[in-house]
Amino acid sequence: MAHITVEEVEHVAQLARLRFSKDELEEFTNQLDAILRFVGKLESLDTEGVEPTYRAIEIVNCFREDVVKPSLPIEEVTANAPESEEGAFVVPRII
Amino acid sequence: MEFEAVIGLEVHVQLKTESKIFCSCSTQFGAPPNTHTCPVCLGMPGVLPVLNKKAVEYAMKMALATNCNINQTNVFARKHYFYPDLPKGYQISQYELPLAEDGWIEVETEAGKRRIRINRIHMEDDAGKLIHDELRPVSYVDLNRTGTPLIEIVSEPDIRTPEEAASYLKKIRQLVRYLKISDGNMEEGSLRCDANISLRPRGRKELGTKAELKNMNSFRHVQKALEYEIRRQSALLLDGTKIIQETRLYDASKGVTHSMRGKEEAHDYRYFPDPDLVPIKIDDTWLEQVRKSLPELPDAKMGRFMEEYGLPEYDAKVLTNSIELADYFEQAVRLYPKAKKVSNWIMVELLKLTKKDDHDLSKCNVTPQVLAELLSLIDKGTISNKIAKKVLEEVFEKGGSPSQIVEREGLAQVSDQSELSAIVEQVVQDNPKEVEKYRAGKKKVMGFFVGQVMRKTKGKANPQMVNELLRKLLDEN
Repeated sequence: MAHITVEEVEHVAQLARLRFSKDELEEFTNQLDAILRFVGKLESLDTEGVEPTYRAIEIVNCFREDVVKPSLPIEEVTANAPESEEGAFVVPRII
Repeated sequence: MEFEAVIGLEVHVQLKTESKIFCSCSTQFGAPPNTHTCPVCLGMPGVLPVLNKKAVEYAMKMALATNCNINQTNVFARKHYFYPDLPKGYQISQYELPLAEDGWIEVETEAGKRRIRINRIHMEDDAGKLIHDELRPVSYVDLNRTGTPLIEIVSEPDIRTPEEAASYLKKIRQLVRYLKISDGNMEEGSLRCDANISLRPRGRKELGTKAELKNMNSFRHVQKALEYEIRRQSALLLDGTKIIQETRLYDASKGVTHSMRGKEEAHDYRYFPDPDLVPIKIDDTWLEQVRKSLPELPDAKMGRFMEEYGLPEYDAKVLTNSIELADYFEQAVRLYPKAKKVSNWIMVELLKLTKKDDHDLSKCNVTPQVLAELLSLIDKGTISNKIAKKVLEEVFEKGGSPSQIVEREGLAQVSDQSELSAIVEQVVQDNPKEVEKYRAGKKKVMGFFVGQVMRKTKGKANPQMVNELLRKLLDEN
C-alpha cells in the first residue's frame, strides 16, 4: 500500500505555494512514498511507554537576558534580496 | 425567535521588552525598514533562537493576574503558513503545552459583574509588516516587528453582548498597563483582537456555527463589528440560511464585515514541537518570585481605596482606572489627608483639564504637591474655591506654585474685617432701592449685594464674611 497519495502531495505543495506538472507530481509522489516507506520501518518497533524525543539534548530553561545588541547592517540584510527599495524587501503585491 | 450571541475573544498583546523574543534586536517602533533585523528574525537557515527571559516573566505576570494555572513545563511549537511577513515560514507559538490555562477575569456589564473564563495564555513571536504600493503591483516587507514578543489570551465563549466584549477588552488593557508589560494600545497595534461569534436561540445549549472576525483596530470597532455580525447572522438564521464557518474582515469605513472567501487555506498549520527551543520549566521559587513582583491589581486597589480612604465606589473606580492616577491620588493624600476632597478635585477639576481617556498625570504641571498646597490654601482661607480653580488652571497651563501665583497676581482672599466692612457699607449705600426690597421681605436680593461686593473685590472677598457683614447691616435697621 502506498504511504502517500498524489492528492496529499498536491495539498502539501499547495500549502508550500509550489506548483508542479502532472509528471513531477507523479515523480515526487513515488519518491516521497519511498522515503516514507523507509522511515515507516520504525513503526515495527515496540515503542509502548517510550516518551517521544523532541530534542537532541535534555536541558530546560535556556534563556538570554533582555539586552539589545546591534542588528545586521542594512546592506547585509538586503544583500540576497532579488529586489529591495529603501531597505524594504519588494515582493509581488499581496492583499 | 430571539437569539443569544456567544462570543469568544482572542487578544494579542505586544510585550514591551527592550529586545525581541528570540534574538537581541531592538523592539523599538518606528525605525527605518529592516534596520532591527538579524539572521534569527530574518529566518535565515542554520540560526538558533534563544528565549528572552523577561518575555517569559511578563507573560507569567499576566497569567497570574488573570487567575490562570501556570504549566510547570511548557513548550514552543511551530505553526506553519506562508506569507511574506513571516520569513521563517512558521510562527513560533505554543500549542499543546501553553504557558498558562484555566483563568478568569471579572468584568463590569449592564447586568452587574460577570466572570469571563480564560481558556489559555500562550507566548509567540510577532510577524513583520507589509506596505502595499499605491501604484505598482508590489508590496514592501519590513521585518522590524518580526520577533516582537506577544502573548495571546484566549477567552472561553462566555461573552454574550458586544458591550461585554468591549468591557472584557478594557479590563485586559487595564491589567497589562498595571503590570507595565505592554502599552495596550489598540490603535497602534500593541493590543489586537479577533472575535469568534455565533448565535443560538435563547435558552438553547448547543452552539451555532461561528464566524471569526478580524481587522478591528479599536474598542469601538470591536463593538460595531460584533453588532453588525449579530444583525447579519440573525437575518440569515431567520431566513433559514445556513451560516458558513469563515473568517470575516471588518470594514470600518462601511461598518460591515465581509468574507475573506477562499483566500484562507483551510487551517492546516502542521503544528509540531520546535526542536530548536528547549522546554521552559517553572519551579515554585521562580513562580513565587514573579508573584511577589506583581503590583496591587485594579480590583484590590479599588476595594482598598473604599475601605482605607472611605471613598464612594464611583470615586474608587475612577481613581484606580490607571495605576498612575491611583499613585497620584495616594501621593496627594499623603500630603493633604482629606481623601474625598482630593478625590473631588482630581475627578472634577484635574481630569477635566487632561485629555480625555488619558489619565497620565506624570508630565502634568499639577503635581500631587501642587494639589495638596492648593487645597491647604483653601482651608487656611487664603483663597476661595473659585479662585483655587483659576490657580489650578494657571499651574496646569504654565507651571509654578499656587502660593506664588496667589501672591504675584494678588488673588489672596480679602478677609480683613475693616476693609470688607467699608466695601459692604458702600454697596448698601449705593443701592437704596435694593435695600428697600430686602427690608420689605425679598431676601433673595441678598445675592445681588454679594455679587456687588465680589465685583468690587474682583472675586477675592471672603464670601462667608461678606454674607455676615451684609446681613448684619441690612437686618439691624
